Amino acid sequence: MGRKLLLEKAHIPGIRSYEVYRREGGYASVEKALRMAPADVVEEVKKSGLRGRGGAGFPTGMKWSFLAKPEGVPRYLVCNADESEPGTFKDRYLMEFIPHLLIEGLIAASWALGSNRTYIYIRGEYAWIVDILEQAIAEANANGWLGKNILGTGFDCQIYVQRGAGAYICGEETALIESLEGKRGNPRIKPPFPAVKGLWDCPTVVNNVETLAAVVPILNIGGEEYAKIGVGRSTGTKLISACGNINKPGVYEIDMNISVEEFIYSDEYCGGIAHGKRLKACIPGGSSVPILPANLLLKTAKGETRMMHYEGLADGGFATGSMMGSGGFIILDEDQCIVRHTLTLARFYRHESCGQCSPCREGTGWMEKILNKIEYGKGQLSDIDLLWDIQRKIEGNTICPLGDAAAWPVAAAIRHFRDEFEWHVKNPEESQQRNFGLAHYADALTTV
Amino acid sequence: MADEIKMLKVTIDNITIEVPQGTTILQAARQIGGEVAPPAMCYYTKLKGSGGKCRTCLVEVSKGSEADPRPMPKLVASCRTGVMDGMEVKNITSGKVTDARNGVVEFLLLNHPLDCPVCDQAGECHLQDLSYSHGKEGTRYEFKRRTFEKHDLGPYIQLHMTRCILCYRCVFVADQVTGKRVHGVLSRGDHAEIATHIEQSLDNDFIGNVIDVCPVGALTDKTFRFKNRVWFTKPVDAHRDCPNCKGKVTLWQRGDEVLRVTGRKDQWGEVEDWICNTCRFEKKHVNDWVIEGPTKIDRHSVISQGHYTGLDKPKETFSAVHGGRAPKLLMDIHSVSEVNRPGIALSEIQGPATSDTFNIDKQA
Repeated sequence: MGRKLLLEKAHIPGIRSYEVYRREGGYASVEKALRMAPADVVEEVKKSGLRGRGGAGFPTGMKWSFLAKPEGVPRYLVCNADESEPGTFKDRYLMEFIPHLLIEGLIAASWALGSNRTYIYIRGEYAWIVDILEQAIAEANANGWLGKNILGTGFDCQIYVQRGAGAYICGEETALIESLEGKRGNPRIKPPFPAVKGLWDCPTVVNNVETLAAVVPILNIGGEEYAKIGVGRSTGTKLISACGNINKPGVYEIDMNISVEEFIYSDEYCGGIAHGKRLKACIPGGSSVPILPANLLLKTAKGETRMMHYEGLADGGFATGSMMGSGGFIILDEDQCIVRHTLTLARFYRHESCGQCSPCREGTGWMEKILNKIEYGKGQLSDIDLLWDIQRKIEGNTICPLGDAAAWPVAAAIRHFRDEFEWHVKNPEESQQRNFGLAHYADALTTV
Repeated sequence: MADEIKMLKVTIDNITIEVPQGTTILQAARQIGGEVAPPAMCYYTKLKGSGGKCRTCLVEVSKGSEADPRPMPKLVASCRTGVMDGMEVKNITSGKVTDARNGVVEFLLLNHPLDCPVCDQAGECHLQDLSYSHGKEGTRYEFKRRTFEKHDLGPYIQLHMTRCILCYRCVFVADQVTGKRVHGVLSRGDHAEIATHIEQSLDNDFIGNVIDVCPVGALTDKTFRFKNRVWFTKPVDAHRDCPNCKGKVTLWQRGDEVLRVTGRKDQWGEVEDWICNTCRFEKKHVNDWVIEGPTKIDRHSVISQGHYTGLDKPKETFSAVHGGRAPKLLMDIHSVSEVNRPGIALSEIQGPATSDTFNIDKQA
């Protein structure tokens, strides 16, 4: 049984309201933080080893210490709640069920960073969560946790919620900042990084919802205590949103020292593959990370048990590993067709490319068209090599990581499931009749 | 000595130069010149914030700086990356760069209509130049190229959205030169397009400059539309006393007729001064201008065809080389040609002429 830090109180009746949240020990971390010097709060987060939960896994304490602090220039903290990665819905869960946890984390982080105006940039589709957050902010305001002179420290802070207009790209931090400024959500060219020139050209920190919420337990139990949970550089607990062909889809909080196998098959978590089918493949961290076939998912290339943490999932690099990403855990069973699946993802990235830089704008559309051709039985064997070449020329050559995110799923699908693509090309009619691809990937594998 | 600008040493393709702090890799490479300068489709020196989008100027930084010699993990856009002291950059000497650039050219041409034969930009098109220097001869794209609904931008500016490469230069011009922008980029991804949100014409005094900055034929001069090919026209530098702008322009003439007026462009295809709409669209008469002399055009440009400027004349005459002998023709084409029959009047032949028409012996 893993330790729960974020979702521990999420299911107490009425926890959404301030009274219940406060009664359950809420806002203790703010009381604690405001008695500390801001630099000490940053130090505490550094000690905790907390890594960004949005996908890249960059150490949060380090990110905070990079924030430029010029005299007379305001600094901003922006919470990235634009959770649009297919397969990821952990932030939604957190904000919907225990909104005060995020508000609490935001106030403590605002104090640490010296942000008097803090923004939550939320995905436009989460309209009802905006209401929940607004309600929570109003309650925090009424009880003196926000506004002027919080707890008599002289610190002013206000939180604003800004809705996005439905663009995946606005989850990229510089595109988010542009959008927050009221402009077209095009990613900026880095450097300068937001820590130096962010929102309205002022130093800005952009953090994921889960990262900011994790500040609360870090302050409550102490950074060193937090760092004891998990393994190595993967400290603390992580929310995983599991979906796909599993018995128990949902959001799970894990401490990062369980194996992937345990996560998928134990009754505490996913509860095994639905309908007694076999596991074929999995995307362990949201749609943009490389897909892994079952054999590489459960065991690394070296034959070790693959663990559910940053290093474990990344073991073997992109050749035989994947990434922790944002924690969107998508399971595909033996009936799922990898070609169709890759096409779906390619269509998504084509639709969401901002169109600013040429490799991503043109390349994503091209990949989708070729995959469409293969899926509908009109492909050629040379198309597979062409796809490989296109993704290679997109990856790393774009302004923001969306290009990489579009290229990786295609690359991994071809790398691990090339024969399935070939089967589609060679058996165009059969691939039309059966809506799924080859099932033999599941054959050689053991189930628990 | 506090305000003295620090000079930084940078090595690009094994050529070392010193540039002031704040210079980008692209600008440093342009100071070296020649092939070392990466191509740039979206960067424009005069437009703040431009660059970084087309990805043609990607270079490899094999040594970050003297202080931090680690190479940069990815290729970087040289137009937006500042030079560091002791930086080592690989442009044409890096296989990774040429490969990536090759890919970028392919991406840029993917949905480009390649209607160069009817495009007014042909001959001075940066995408043409880029394709010749860095592209492949064929395309691997086998789908329908994308099209757009047509937008009318008014009486002066013609928009061909299918040719656009979304460099955003015209957006920056409208922002920074005209002060009031009515056009912009709508939609996203591969359906992003340059347009006005509500159909309206661009009518600012300086909006004509979007034509000059457009690297392709997406924005062209309506008053020059289908009038001529640029390589048939002769560019001359001219000026006039203009109340709005400096009035320094290039006239593109055919005979005495002024077909087109543009800003003066430097060797990187960037205008030296913005010119106003009056100079560009209204003053189409030689009398309006004081002619300064022929414009220097790079001799490799197609515009130099038939312009005998900047040519090296041979030091010796032909007969001097041949020891006083007159040049001897290999054959007299007039005497051997089967076609050249002055006895046959083409206008009197019924239907199109064939080889039989000229074969008088056979007919007889």
